[in-house]
This record gives sequence, C-alpha cells and structure tokens, in this order.
Amino acid sequence: MPNATLAVSASELSYHYGERRALDHVTFEVAPGEFTAILGPNGGGKTTLFRVMTTLASPSNGRVEVFGDDVVTARDRVRHHIGVVFQAPALDVKLTVRENLLHHGHLHGLSGKPLRQQLSHALERLELSDRRRDLVESLSGGLKRRVELAKVMLTQPRLLLLDEPTTGLDPLARESFWRLINELREETKAAVLYTTHLLEEAERAGRVIILDQGMIVADGAPDSLRAQISGQIVRFRGRDTEAIKTRIRETFQLEAEGEGDSVRVVVTDGGEFAARASHALGDAIESLEIARPTLYDVFRQRTGRSFANGEIA
Amino acid sequence: MTTPPTSITIPSHTRGWLAVGTLLRREFIRFARQKHRVFGALGQPILFLLLFGAGWSGSFQHPLVPDRTYAEYFYPGTLVLMVLFTAIFATISIIEDRTQGFLQSVLVAPAPSWSIALGKILGSTVLAMLQGVILLIAAPFVGIAFNPIGWLGALVVLALIGIAMSAVGFLFAWKMDSVQGYHGIMNVLMIPMWLLSGAMFPAVGASGWMRWIMTVNPLTYGTAALRQMLYLGSPEMTAGLPSLAVTMPLLLLFAVSTCAAAVWVAGRPRK
Repeated sequence: MPNATLAVSASELSYHYGERRALDHVTFEVAPGEFTAILGPNGGGKTTLFRVMTTLASPSNGRVEVFGDDVVTARDRVRHHIGVVFQAPALDVKLTVRENLLHHGHLHGLSGKPLRQQLSHALERLELSDRRRDLVESLSGGLKRRVELAKVMLTQPRLLLLDEPTTGLDPLARESFWRLINELREETKAAVLYTTHLLEEAERAGRVIILDQGMIVADGAPDSLRAQISGQIVRFRGRDTEAIKTRIRETFQLEAEGEGDSVRVVVTDGGEFAARASHALGDAIESLEIARPTLYDVFRQRTGRSFANGEIA
Repeated sequence: MTTPPTSITIPSHTRGWLAVGTLLRREFIRFARQKHRVFGALGQPILFLLLFGAGWSGSFQHPLVPDRTYAEYFYPGTLVLMVLFTAIFATISIIEDRTQGFLQSVLVAPAPSWSIALGKILGSTVLAMLQGVILLIAAPFVGIAFNPIGWLGALVVLALIGIAMSAVGFLFAWKMDSVQGYHGIMNVLMIPMWLLSGAMFPAVGASGWMRWIMTVNPLTYGTAALRQMLYLGSPEMTAGLPSLAVTMPLLLLFAVSTCAAAVWVAGRPRK
C-alpha cells in the first residue's frame, strides 16, 4: 500500500537509453518539508532523476511517487503537487514579470480574481511589485530567479524541484537565493529537492543524496556523512603546487592531491602534521589550513574517484 | 497564508482551453513587441511584390489569361508568403523555448498536451489573418476588384493555410534540437512548397515533372483556393485552376491532418 504522506518515494528506479544506464535501481524517500540536495558529477544521473521526478521522462523500471501519486499513471496530479525551477530560467523575456506569472497561473488552471490575488501576494512576498511591468529581459540574473520563484510559488506546491538553481548567479545573488528558499520553506512547509554539482551548495541542505554513475553512493545529513570519514584535511596553498606535492611525497611518503590552486592531504592528526609540514616545506607554502573532511572526501571514499567542480578528475 | 488554489478540481478540457487562450495571448504580445517580426512578415511580402512586379512587368505572359501584370498574378502568392513566414517565426521559437525558455514550464504544467499545439497553431493563424486583413488593402492597387464575399472567403482560406503551415512548422520544431536544423527544413521544404504552389508561376505553363510536383503539393490547392476567392465574380481570371469544389476540401484536409499530427506529436512522451 503506497505511503500517501511521503513527498517523494522512489523504488528501484532505473532509466536506460540504448546501452547506457543513467539510473540504476535508485531507491529513496523524501518526507514532507524535507530539504534535500542531490549531489553528483555531471553525467552521473541527477538530471535524469530530475526529469523523471518532474514527469518529463518515464522510468524504464521501478516507480516514483510524489505524495502518493505515480509520476507515470497519475501524471497530472503529480504536476499539481510540484513547482519546478529549471537550470535555464523558464521565463518569456519579451513579456513582463506580471505577464509571466499570469500565463503560468492559467496553465495551472487558475484564473480571474483568485489568480490576481495570488499574483499580487507573490510579487509582494518576493519584493517584485515595483518591477511587475518591466520586461523580464531587463532584469539581472538574480532578479530573474526571483521572478521564477514567485511564478512557481503561485500554485503553492508541496514539493519544489530545482535543477542547478544557482547556475550563472554571482555569489551575492546566490546567498540571496538560498535565503529566500529557506524563508519560503519555513512559510509554506514545502519539501525542497535540488540537484547540484557544487559541494558547498549541497552542504546547505539538511540531507544529501550523492548520485554517481546512476547509483546512490551516500545518503544522509552532510554532517553525519562527513563524520564517517576519519581524519582531517590539511590544505596547502602556494605558487608551485607541483613542487609542494613532490616535497610532501619525499618528506612524508604521502600522496597529496591537487585541488585548484591548493594541495590537500588526509591525515589522522591535522595539527601535528601541519606543524611538521610547515617546518619541512617552509617558503614553498603561502598558507596552510586544517579542516574537517568535506563531501568531496565522502565521495572519494565511497567511489574511489575524485570529483571537483562537477567533473570527475 | 491564503488557502491553496483548488485548480486540481477543474476538469481537464476547461483547463485545456484556458491554456490555449493564454498561449494564444502570449503569441500576440510577443509579436507586437518584436518589431523585426512585424517587418519580416509584412514587409518582406510587400517588398517582393514591388520588386517582382517591376522586374517581370515586361516579360510575363500568362498562358491562359492575357493582359495580366505580374504584380497582379503574384499578389495572392504574397499573401501566402506572409502566412508562411508568420508560421515560421511562430514555430522556430519553439526550439529554444523548449530547452531554455518559458516552454520548459509549460511542459510540466498540468495543461493537456494538445493545448500546447493548438495554442501555438491558433496563435500563429490569428496573427496571419490580422496581417491578411491589412495586406488585402493593397489588392485593388494591383487590379483585383473588391468583392466582399470573396474576400471574406479569402480570409478563411488564409486561416486554413495558416493552420496547415503552422502545424507543419510545429511538427518539425517540436522534434528538433537546433535552430540550424529548422533552417534546413525551411529552405528545403517549406519555401519550395511556396515556390511550387502556383504563387510564383502558373502550373499550366510548367514542364511535365514540375507540373506533377505542383499537383501533389498541398499548398498548391491553398493558393488556388485563394485565387478563386479573390476573383469570385470573375472566373475567367482563374482559368486553368482547379475549382473551389476541388481546392477547398483538399485544403481543409491539409489543415485538419497536419493539425491532428501536431496535436498527436505534442502528446507523445519525450525521451
């Protein structure tokens, strides 16, 4: 008997096209009001999962239910439960903010006075009232995202699905976006599920599901996943990262990893190692940092592969 | 917070028509706000009429209807060209809209899929008819006498051509991932359809295999029906063309079948 209260219930969900298995027996549940990130490298299956949950694609095997309704057999009911924010803003740039919201409302069966009231309320809540008659093309990226949130919240969805929602936003706009999401979650008690390839972004959620090669490799609160990794990260920054890696290998017989402009090692006692390393490396390093393991380390441990900036290294 | 909207209780076909209406409105607003579309759809046919009319003025001789200028001959084809370009502009936007624009959210809305196809097709058709009304003002200037019933009939024909060509454009745009692909279809199929519909030259004078192509081209019957309607009182002007009794049913079939195909394609799940 399907559980009608779960926001999402995926059971042995598989999706393949041709030889490729984009999703492989994916099983998970999302409770109402939960804040969940789906983290993974590009090509790992998160977009496919997003498309299945938003009823754009049908599973090859297994099933997905949203608030008890099957995404294939009860597609329209599912569409009434969800609000979707796509990676590229789903806005008509030649229309005004208000017109975009109106059309969205009509497509969901809202019209007349109730729609206009919801519309005014959404514009006010998202602080867009003074821009209501502006063409969307005149808005900044951050404002466009806000218009999308206003649009999506018109129908008061119980589940908000977002695909890489902060793509193209500058850091300030990102902060603003997540603050809004959290406020909307508080007010509407909607469940929020978003895909991302950015580790920092996944850490904002109350729960992270890591998806790699179509399979779930980790599922839990960010902190508890990280706590399962023993040891600490010591990160070095310096001009010549290759030289730093070589010195660490020679001095400590440890393999360090490059991570952008820094080099990192996993050790048992970060403080103790940092002290020895700063003596041994001296001028080669500009700065040194001791940190707890990140979701990157969780991924590494579970899959044996490195994952940074959306790609497998 | 206000109570959640009870849109889920509205029956599907009412939602469908509400969706068609809003998508139609969207087509209008977009058209009005994009000046290049207004120029392209109206300006280009008028320019063609002027240029071709002047260019062919001395050389053109219709095999069956003497003393007719090329401008007068070409004029109905200008109307069809306008409808064609309106359909192209309306449907080419589907491609990017579907992957990066507003259409993304339309695809996950609880509106029935037929409303997406109809909204686009009807929106494009009504736009074409509005422009048709404007272009009809030029008809007396090329020598076509005003004829109220016939001209009303001409608008009906333009509507049917509009539905058919918008549906054709929709069918290709819906499946395509790149605008370049659509340009290919436009150049290899849609524009030749117009060129070989009797718009540019009469079928009567064309050589064997060309006449065969023109006979199987559905747009030929649309163009012929348009001429029949414009010249409703003067049958000698449409010598050599199939009669309305032939052209109207075929045009209707063209419009209905392509429209049905578009609605069907829109309803199939995408991979």
